[in-house]
Amino acid sequence: MSTPALTDGARPVPHAGRLDAVGYLIALGGIVRRELLRFFNQKERFFSALVRPLVWLFIFAAGFRNTLGVSITPPYETYVLYEVYVVPGLAVMIQLFNGMQSSLSMVYDREVGSMKVLLTSPYPRWLLLLAKLIAGVSVSIVQAYAFLAIAWFWETDIPPIGYLAALPAFLAAGMMLGAIGLFLSSLVRQLENFASVMNFVIFPMFFASSALYPLWRIRESSDSLYWICQANPFTHAVELVRFALYGKFEPLACAVVIGTGLLFFTLAVIAYDPGRGIMARRGGPAGETP
Amino acid sequence: MSAALEVANVSHRFGQRAALSDVSITVERGRFMALLGPNGAGKTTLFSVITRLYNNQEGRVSILGHPLDREPSRALARLGVVFQARTLDTDLTVAQNLHYHASLHGIARKAARARIAQLLDRVGLSERRDDKIRTLSGGQSRRIEIARSLIHEPRLLLLDEPTVGLDLESRADIVAIVRALVREEGLSVLWATHIFEEISPEDDAVVLHKGRIVARGKAGEIGAPGETLEAAFRRLVSEPGKGAGKETGKFAA
Repeated sequence: MSTPALTDGARPVPHAGRLDAVGYLIALGGIVRRELLRFFNQKERFFSALVRPLVWLFIFAAGFRNTLGVSITPPYETYVLYEVYVVPGLAVMIQLFNGMQSSLSMVYDREVGSMKVLLTSPYPRWLLLLAKLIAGVSVSIVQAYAFLAIAWFWETDIPPIGYLAALPAFLAAGMMLGAIGLFLSSLVRQLENFASVMNFVIFPMFFASSALYPLWRIRESSDSLYWICQANPFTHAVELVRFALYGKFEPLACAVVIGTGLLFFTLAVIAYDPGRGIMARRGGPAGETP
Repeated sequence: MSAALEVANVSHRFGQRAALSDVSITVERGRFMALLGPNGAGKTTLFSVITRLYNNQEGRVSILGHPLDREPSRALARLGVVFQARTLDTDLTVAQNLHYHASLHGIARKAARARIAQLLDRVGLSERRDDKIRTLSGGQSRRIEIARSLIHEPRLLLLDEPTVGLDLESRADIVAIVRALVREEGLSVLWATHIFEEISPEDDAVVLHKGRIVARGKAGEIGAPGETLEAAFRRLVSEPGKGAGKETGKFAA
């Protein structure tokens, strides 16, 4: 083992790593790699993430195909089958679950202490949280494309270029959903409380959106529900991906997704800040806290 | 030359309750300092302040002359930590865990590979490189955590009760590894414990009780003449009023 020379106070003591942008990219790569390794090590997590949307697609959508025909509505240029309509929403649903699962793992990491290891890295905390977010999104994109690959056999009519065009949309949607999850993880002190977050966040976000039914249909039954769905950022994440899959761009959805993502990421950074943060106020080791 | 660690007049509160009150500790370069305190004394809170998990609300912390509030990156880059809780990913291998930590300090894989080989050799676990953490014993996991804390060549090592829950042999191994690092490489160590066998009489020591330093000095010289460190410690933490009043002990500053 090398022994770096001790120096006086005027000269810095050498450090093995790099604290510049290259060093940060190495850290980002390491954080993403760890998340992917953990994901592929948990095969049941991979399959359960796939089974959920496939059940919706194969059973739910097939059952409703006759009652819920979709008329011509952008980005579609013809009548589409209900199965075709729900595919983008289900792909983003994977990201919604994954975003919440990542935040669940943050709560777990905090309880078992590996969060401490991350936060003692010398890079600025917001960069570490951003890296953690990108790591979670990488996993969600792998899952979403695995689902799209299976859905392809279901004649989803997505043009080949759409798969490529959707990548930035999945990235933006994943970052937004991950940022919401990251913020929620700072609010949840214990793992046990997480189930209620799932109930109060995932289900309302998913059902009050355009994932399962076009919003004009919702408006026919309730105007106020329509506006609730419009205000739901998940709707815009779904529409961003839906348009991108058919090679089109939806500026409003893009603005809402990026804006919401930035807002929640900022809130998460504040929450994880050691000085101002919620963690510092409510944290404290057992036996040393009130 | 600046000290390895300088904690000056640090106080920390959780709501109304003071977890640390006016704590000052200096770990000189190349020294082993024992931080003694019963459970709930504030050791873990102090470690959380030094590692910047909590901002220090009052007082100053400097690592190798880098103030934690103004130069957090430079300070943390020179600090290695072994937390009380096990913090390795049990589903990943030893090497994967160590590479992850190297990347957190901006060390590329190629450079990390050689360093990891050296460190695994140092803690005597080279042959377990590709085994998953879950297959290791408690003592082996701890040794891996020590290797991990050294990857980025820190000059100050913090260990928060690293031997808790280990058998005698594993405990002796861990103590021997860390003492060799101090002796051979001039590493500075702050070692929180309440196990007296781990402390030598010539070590620097501070006793923390109810968030206050109640004694400090050479471990062998804390307490009355003829009194063992353990007896002195028990007296210090059992005396009424200790922790709320001024610092005591034979070598109190």
